[in-house]
Amino acid sequence: MSTKLLLKYDHIPNINRLEVYKQHGGYASAEKAIKTMTSDAIVDEVKKSGLRGRGGAGFPTGMKWSFLAKPPGVARYLVCNADESEPGTFKDRYLMERNPHLLLEGMLCSSFALGANTSYIYIRGEYFYIVPILEKAIEDAKAAGYLGKNILGTDYNLEIYVQVGGGAYICGEETALLESLEGKRGNPRMKPPFPAVAGLWGCPTVVNNVETIASVVSILENGGDEYAKLGVGKSTGTKLISASGHINKPGVYEIELGKVSVEEFINSDEYCGGVWKGRKLKAVVAGGSSVPILPTHLILQTSDGKPRMMSYESLGEGGFATGTMLGSGGFIVMDETVNIAENLYTFNRFYHHESCGQCSPCREGTGWMEKITHSIISGHGKNSDIDLLWDIQSKIDGKTICPLGEAAAWPVASAVRHFRDDFEKLIH
Amino acid sequence: MEVKFNEAALNTANKIISRYPDGKQKSAVLPLLHLAQAEFDGWLSIPVMDYIASILTIQPIEVYEVATFYSMFNMKPVGNCLIEICHTSSCWLRGAEDLIKHIENKLNIKAGETTADGKFSLKRVECLGSCGTAPMFQIGAQYYENLTTEKVDMILDDLDKSGKRRTYFDAVDLNAHK
Ligand SMILES: Cc1cc2nc3c(=O)[nH]c(=O)nc-3n(C[C@H](O)[C@H](O)[C@H](O)COP(=O)(O)O)c2cc1C
Ligand code: FES
Repeated sequence: MSTKLLLKYDHIPNINRLEVYKQHGGYASAEKAIKTMTSDAIVDEVKKSGLRGRGGAGFPTGMKWSFLAKPPGVARYLVCNADESEPGTFKDRYLMERNPHLLLEGMLCSSFALGANTSYIYIRGEYFYIVPILEKAIEDAKAAGYLGKNILGTDYNLEIYVQVGGGAYICGEETALLESLEGKRGNPRMKPPFPAVAGLWGCPTVVNNVETIASVVSILENGGDEYAKLGVGKSTGTKLISASGHINKPGVYEIELGKVSVEEFINSDEYCGGVWKGRKLKAVVAGGSSVPILPTHLILQTSDGKPRMMSYESLGEGGFATGTMLGSGGFIVMDETVNIAENLYTFNRFYHHESCGQCSPCREGTGWMEKITHSIISGHGKNSDIDLLWDIQSKIDGKTICPLGEAAAWPVASAVRHFRDDFEKLIH
Repeated sequence: MEVKFNEAALNTANKIISRYPDGKQKSAVLPLLHLAQAEFDGWLSIPVMDYIASILTIQPIEVYEVATFYSMFNMKPVGNCLIEICHTSSCWLRGAEDLIKHIENKLNIKAGETTADGKFSLKRVECLGSCGTAPMFQIGAQYYENLTTEKVDMILDDLDKSGKRRTYFDAVDLNAHK
């Protein structure tokens, strides 16, 4: 059994209720932070923990927090990114639905550290049913003195509000999210300025993922050094993995980073429980739809023959030639019956639908990639179409305002690189 | 018919607007469009969007450009039960296309259409964060997961009997059809 932090109390009935959450040590970290620590000391603990953003990019959280501008008299904001729309990812939903107070406690600790007195949870509109769960938790926390004015008898004030989106993957990108929260279309902004300097309504803002914020609670509970003892190298702590596709036990699993091999994750009964129907493994998308897809031999082993582990570094080993990324932890498994070109079509259709339309390479390129893959899988493709796909993705990669361009290009590049056969099989 | 929120909806709208600093009421546009869609027959007509603009004291175009960007807003009438079925990878891997065909046959419509009696509309949507319980669809706020054709028949027959309009504000059963 690996160490659990975020899902430690997942099996406790009614852990979503404040009194039950408190019986299991809930709000102790917040109490400690607010009553006994300075904001700088909290940021230091988060730095020491080595925590990296769990939304997909893996940027060190403590460092991000230390970039926050603090001009006097200007409001600062913490915005929790609960947009969770990367295909294959459903961990934030799981956490918010089952343990909303863990997120709220994390937001309280983080907002206090950043000096924010108003914080927003931006949740994807499709998760509408979670809004009352979060709002009930906010109401109860407020009644108990953990939110509102003079929290725990101090002079610290904090309000948390839930904001619903309208169905747009792009609003998970942090600057598009801020635009959306300002009541606009979700068009990403040019950076710089970064949100840490000019974010929500032009004020200094930190945007963090749900899981990142929830992880702050365990960091403050035992200290950043203790947290950093979990995991391997720069992959510290634990990570939620959303496992789906052709496996016996789809679900959300918490792993200690770097301690579980991909092979064990797929085959062990503690996790995915093996490929379904007794079939063989064909491919894995290890970190959400945007990361490169890998065939069995590359996902189970790195190029130097070592077992590939579930960590940022090990999954990334080999770069794009033979490796992939941990991303958001959306782990999609495909069995031997899948034609990867057909699966790619669902991704290409997705990115075309979700491109905001600002940058021509992305707006046009995603449309062409969808059309060409559609033509191939419906038996109208030509051999030259495969090279055309490669050419188009290479002309999107790196040429757009936000990384949705790359997110759309990498699945195509990796599918062509590793599964050219599957395209050729469909061309007559 | 004059477009106007009833008192309860107006109170909700004002509560939402109070969440933002003075002068930033435009931030309420998405939440208010959701509210309006639920209050005014499941879609956003021009008069409805103009009404939201007037509440927020912004230009109508600022509402139209937002409403048309986000896929959860319906720009034309939809059936009482809008079935939003996911067709992205994890659902596709576990049979979403077969389910879509099954529903199309059962309701005698294609995805993107509404039944003649106005009870059901079927819409293909992208990943709804339910990949571990695929295939799935959403009707109003309710997620229906781990679907099979038998389950789909049961769910749709039940909804057909009640005939009520479903909205994203409905109370949900967290254990339904899991
Ligand atoms: C197209 C796109 C979609 C994204 N979607 C999400 C998302 O749904 N949730 C999320 O937390 N981060 C998402 N991100 C990453 C955010 O931009 C940002 O890096 C993240 O919220 C920062 O929080 P973290 O450091 O805690 O991970 C997305 C990025 C891009 C480019
Ligand atoms: S792929 Fe269907 S819910 Fe994620």
